[in-house]
Amino acid sequence: MAELKLFRTWSTPFALRVVWALNLKGIQYDTIFEDLSNKSSLLLQYNPIYKKVPVLVHNGKPLVESLLILEYIDETWKQTPLLPEDPSERATARFWAKFGDDKVLLSVWNVFIKQGKDQEEAIVTAQENLGFVERQLTGKKFFNGETIGFVDLAFGWLANLLSVWEEICGVTLIDHEKFPMLSEWIQNFAGAPIIKESWPPRDKLITKYQALREVYTSKEAPK
Amino acid sequence: MAKNDVKVLGAWPSPYVMRPRIALNIKSVNYEFLEETFGSKSELLLQSNPVHKKIPVLIHGDKPICESMIIVEYIDEVWTSGPSILPSDPYDRAIQRFWAAYVDEKWFAAMRGLRSAQGEERKAFLDQVTEGLALLEEAFGKCSKGKAFFGGDRIGLLDIAFGSFLGWLKVTEKVNGVKLLDEAKTPGLVKWAERFCADAAVKSVMPETEKLLEFSKVLAAKMKGAPPPKN
Repeated sequence: MAELKLFRTWSTPFALRVVWALNLKGIQYDTIFEDLSNKSSLLLQYNPIYKKVPVLVHNGKPLVESLLILEYIDETWKQTPLLPEDPSERATARFWAKFGDDKVLLSVWNVFIKQGKDQEEAIVTAQENLGFVERQLTGKKFFNGETIGFVDLAFGWLANLLSVWEEICGVTLIDHEKFPMLSEWIQNFAGAPIIKESWPPRDKLITKYQALREVYTSKEAPK
Repeated sequence: MAKNDVKVLGAWPSPYVMRPRIALNIKSVNYEFLEETFGSKSELLLQSNPVHKKIPVLIHGDKPICESMIIVEYIDEVWTSGPSILPSDPYDRAIQRFWAAYVDEKWFAAMRGLRSAQGEERKAFLDQVTEGLALLEEAFGKCSKGKAFFGGDRIGLLDIAFGSFLGWLKVTEKVNGVKLLDEAKTPGLVKWAERFCADAAVKSVMPETEKLLEFSKVLAAKMKGAPPPKN
């Protein structure tokens, strides 16, 4: 029996991707919850360069970086494939997952941590990026087509964390009029059984991110 | 495959553009190299990569593929009769991808910082670059298992990812008066770099250091807003 351990925190969206992938494929694993203010020696041993979660340890061998872990899972356990078979479709999936992490997440985070004029500018950038993502859903229920796949898992944070940040800031980034397809995708993804059962508790997320926003916005005077 | 079925949009100084070209060479695939003019972006580039508007872009038939390492994996998956660029074992593949991402996101970011930094900041970037090279030296030992390349007997994904930066590494050494790859500290990487640059798949697309050095002056001048120096 393969030994599989996932190091995560209760809230990180990056580890959730791995949880979803393993659950979608029906793979058994043990979970180790980390306190990032007091990282375990095991975590530091398994991820010495980045010292972050998630880390997946398979038969004693560590894997880090959530999207790379997803590719490993997909290549090791072939049931319920996350990536399509066709090479150009795979390239497209990898492109959008990378765009999500490199551009979308950063631009949305900027909306969350800023205020005043800075926040207004951040909203414009975030919505431009979200516009590209919206168009990828044309004619599809999920980014992967009829079923949840790699890109859906990569953008999963849009289906819960985003609304937490929107609520705290009083800003709506994804409204039904401007982003009808993304809005529907959020409903479909968030409501899918495997996904629904693993969301972190919303009230805890609100408390955590409320405190974080206070830290960021108290550092500078609003413009 | 007819030559004009495969196109690479790029520019000769770009390490990112080198990557798909090396991969295509490994697979013995003929392609047309469409060189962008420095300082402007062609219609074809803007159409093929509307999101980032950046090179390289691989155009296969009518399909554009963007992002250099994504293009390399695409090439490996399409042209399966040529030598493999990624290993077959999922864990080994994950290791190659991990270090390729490290090179791009951490190591080259520090190299770029070094290019424009002054004083204390410069020293900090230099330390980061050197520490990164120490990590990569260790990774080379583990990945190569005594063979010539990170990929084993033949050039693989990580060789392409890291090796494509060797031209700029040499320029940085000259401009900063430092030795980054060093026989004492990174002996494995020193020999690997020689083998990589001499490889048949790499030789024709690796720019000469002198040419790259001249180009870097043009680039630096442009970034400062001054007119480019006359050669």
